[in-house]
Amino acid sequence: MWNYSEKVQEHFFDPKNAGAVDDANATGDVGSLSCGDALRLTLKVNPESEIIEDAGFQTFGCGSAIASSSALTEIIKGKTIDEALEVSNQDIADYLDGLPPEKMHCSVMGREALQAAVADYRGEEWSDDHEEGALICKCFAIDEVMVEETVRSNNLHTVEEVTNFTKAGGGCSSCHEAIEGVLTRVLAEKGESFVAAGIGGAVPAVAATPKESMATGALKRIRLIEKVLDEVRPALQADNGDVELVEVTGKAIYVHLTGACSGCQMAAMTLGGIQQRLIEELGEFVKVLPDTEMPVEIAGA
Amino acid sequence: MKDIYMDNNATTMVDSVVVEEMLPYFSEQFGNPSSMHSFGNKVGFALKAARKQVQRLIGAEFESEIVFTSCGSESDSTAILSAIKAQPDRKEIITTVVEHPAVLTLCEFLETEGYTVHKLKVDTKGRLDLDEYRSLLSDKVAVVSVMWANNESGTIFPVEKMADMANEHGVMFHTDAVQAVGKLPIDLENSNIHMLSLSGHKLHAPKGVGVLYLKRGTRFRPLLRGGHQERGRRAGTENVTSIIGLGKACELAMTHMEFENVQVKAMRDRLQEGILSAVPYSFVTGDPENRLPNTASIAFEYIEGEAILLLMNKVGIAASSGSACTSGSLEPSHVMMAMSIPYTAAHGTVRFSLSRYNTMEEVERVVAEIPPIVAKLRKLSPYWKEDGPAENPEQSFAPVYT
Repeated sequence: MWNYSEKVQEHFFDPKNAGAVDDANATGDVGSLSCGDALRLTLKVNPESEIIEDAGFQTFGCGSAIASSSALTEIIKGKTIDEALEVSNQDIADYLDGLPPEKMHCSVMGREALQAAVADYRGEEWSDDHEEGALICKCFAIDEVMVEETVRSNNLHTVEEVTNFTKAGGGCSSCHEAIEGVLTRVLAEKGESFVAAGIGGAVPAVAATPKESMATGALKRIRLIEKVLDEVRPALQADNGDVELVEVTGKAIYVHLTGACSGCQMAAMTLGGIQQRLIEELGEFVKVLPDTEMPVEIAGA
Repeated sequence: MKDIYMDNNATTMVDSVVVEEMLPYFSEQFGNPSSMHSFGNKVGFALKAARKQVQRLIGAEFESEIVFTSCGSESDSTAILSAIKAQPDRKEIITTVVEHPAVLTLCEFLETEGYTVHKLKVDTKGRLDLDEYRSLLSDKVAVVSVMWANNESGTIFPVEKMADMANEHGVMFHTDAVQAVGKLPIDLENSNIHMLSLSGHKLHAPKGVGVLYLKRGTRFRPLLRGGHQERGRRAGTENVTSIIGLGKACELAMTHMEFENVQVKAMRDRLQEGILSAVPYSFVTGDPENRLPNTASIAFEYIEGEAILLLMNKVGIAASSGSACTSGSLEPSHVMMAMSIPYTAAHGTVRFSLSRYNTMEEVERVVAEIPPIVAKLRKLSPYWKEDGPAENPEQSFAPVYT
């Protein structure tokens, strides 16, 4: 049985705004291939103010699809259509106090129905370029299509790189076999073969540099990293040690452990703890590594 | 009111008689059966008795043909991997599209290792084409693995006949019989089945114990090597208590076989007839003429299975569904898709699987509860209008799929 929140159950057992709106002037019909679910959203939009005066849904789908539809109609009623378009699938999931990772696509379907309905109201054609695949990483809810496209467009070769770029595999690591499967398939298309990096876990990280994250906010990001290091510093100093930031390349953050920390058997745990804090603070998956593992070409630059 | 359990193809309640039988072996006779002292001197006899009980239920010729394992999946893996290891020159496997993942996932993995896997197709009632099967049998085939009865639809396959056909071609035959054992009479001594898997928890024994039947003389390569347990065919200290429980459960299954095929079948038939006559646009999946006595798989069109199960659970009825959403996978059940059942119905299949613990009163309660649940969900469905499906439902609602 899924672990549905009280809120999901409430909206499933007693859905709000079920059924079509009688004098609707906008309709959005969408379906999610990934689970066969489908949703029709009907809206009554005031042509003067563009306020959504009424919203109704009809859903062919599971408990969370019905609850997401119900939540969506509650959220958008009373909003202007521009305001409504700001609603993200995460907003729908948050409104329901969260959805299981396998069910996040139900909230995506809700958001797409809204876009389709608004397009219908405006007399536009709605199409969607986003495709969904089988869920690979349950920890971070990353699907196969996402992994495959990232591997292809960034020319990735290792599981570690996939983790750095997509977060997939960065949690419990159970999905690494599936990620290797994607790599094997995509690399085979180019006539290359996937070469596993040793036994896995103990392999030093390869610094990957995703283009997008370097473009903007690099300084802000480094300041955030410094802030986290400043926060952990007192604890290290209490043990006669210290830490300093050496280099940041993409998702890899190199630090130098000094004093009693350097050579300490707990160093790996210390780095792990700092990494966890940084992931939380930055809201992205990063890897904290000792500067001794820095590739020569970066260290030399 | 007591909740109603109709999900016995998923797992069953351990019979209280079985529990009683197991108890002394947790804290009194807890010794290792391999030990020489008095803490375990009765254990060896108890294991022997359990082996006999299993042997009788499946009609095996010798008790040494019974190999205890940890579950049905282990038995399946052991059988298939043994067949290919023992016959390294044979690179083909024949199975069906509707097998349990315990067989299918392993076969798909073996495909990546260079094996050719032939998956027999089924028709709209879930039946195999034996001519297709015959055409695939050759000396390249290492093993045929075909389930005795399907877990979702309850459809029974003619495995004894298929084993004869395999035998004529000198091909090893394995059957995953976890759903059939205890519900159907089985006589392995007079069959050409070389290997058979069964699972304790499907017949009121505990979870975590299974059996691989291995016909005497069949070439075999163990999955687990190590100690001498199970005559060296499955190393690892025996799961003594569960094996003893399984033995007792097999004995009980023998005594209840007729009840299963008369009373349980009558309850199933009433359930099915009651629901179908009260709910329009619903139908039975699989082959109703040739089916496990306890199983009814019913498709409710235009609604989705998980939603049905959640509403059923609220009124205290437990069953299961072939919908994609209950498993978190992409597709609705591969079994329903294999039978070419349309999406809008495949997603709405509910499997009711009964046991000797169900009663006719429970059946009547379910028959009364289901129609309003289906009606409630259809009211929410975009394929449904007032009191019937929308005209040309597939066209009146044709969403943009993403």
